[in-house]
Amino acid sequence: MRIGVVTFPGSLDDGDAARAARIAGADAVRLWHGDPDLHGVDAVVLPGGFSYGDALRCGAIARFAPVMETIADAARGGLPVLGICNGFQILCEAHLLPGALTRNQHLHFRNRDQHLRVTSTSTAWTNGFTEGQEILIPVKNGEGCFVADERTLDELEAEGRIVARYTRGNPNGSQRDIAAITNAAGNVVGIMPHPEHAVEALTGPSLDGLGFFTSALRYLAGSAAGGQLTGGAQR
Amino acid sequence: MARVVVDVMLKPEILDPQGQAVANALPRLGVSAVSSVRIGRRIEIEFDGEPDLDTAREIADKLLANPVIEDFSIRVDEPAGDTALESA
Repeated sequence: MRIGVVTFPGSLDDGDAARAARIAGADAVRLWHGDPDLHGVDAVVLPGGFSYGDALRCGAIARFAPVMETIADAARGGLPVLGICNGFQILCEAHLLPGALTRNQHLHFRNRDQHLRVTSTSTAWTNGFTEGQEILIPVKNGEGCFVADERTLDELEAEGRIVARYTRGNPNGSQRDIAAITNAAGNVVGIMPHPEHAVEALTGPSLDGLGFFTSALRYLAGSAAGGQLTGGAQR
Repeated sequence: MARVVVDVMLKPEILDPQGQAVANALPRLGVSAVSSVRIGRRIEIEFDGEPDLDTAREIADKLLANPVIEDFSIRVDEPAGDTALESA
């Protein structure tokens, strides 16, 4: 399986994301923001960082990168896409996910290991977790406060599209403690904390981040076999 | 000068922590009669020829403002101070 990782000008975590994909057992394929060709990848990761220097708003310029037009079309067609941190911001700006990420309520950059509760295991990126599982992965953002109108938040709750919530403290003021959400189809996931930084004992607080990447591989294997997406309850 | 000015503001219901931080600093200037400060962004767009409000509106709607959290207004910036105001 080939997992593509996009590099924008200002991406920081593309190397770690590619490494995480490799550790999970995938072939990592580096994609370039200016090249609309996805080079036959089976899934895409939009990594963290400060694409285009966060000019205007985080993710606002990256959304119009040539590679993003292809990814947006492919995502609507079912391609698994994981947006991490700045990648999450790009997915919201591209309207592939609802809501927006705004300045942390306390205005401080937060960089720490963060506990999350996985609340949806029916996505392409979280099917390997168990519902309600608590995981520990790093969070590091200045603009990670998720906001949406009440109707959208209620919809996300009702449809089980809140993928993970902050526990033991909300680092940025996100509404309803939202750390990650998915689209209606479950193939596009945006997450503020960084699973790609929690894949090796030497550098991460846990190996919990690996589950996102192995979930995608499991999802792709299921798709290739003609099967449907299976939830964590069926592990 | 064919200049269009776009003002982008956070929607009223969206918390503006930067504005709050500024408001909280005002007492240190000896100012006490301010109840709220909100911070937005002003963008000046220079056209080669005549100012094109339709194009400016498209730029504002697709790129300059995020409709999930922001409102914008656009106007032609007349050198003589005679401005045509339009809200979106």
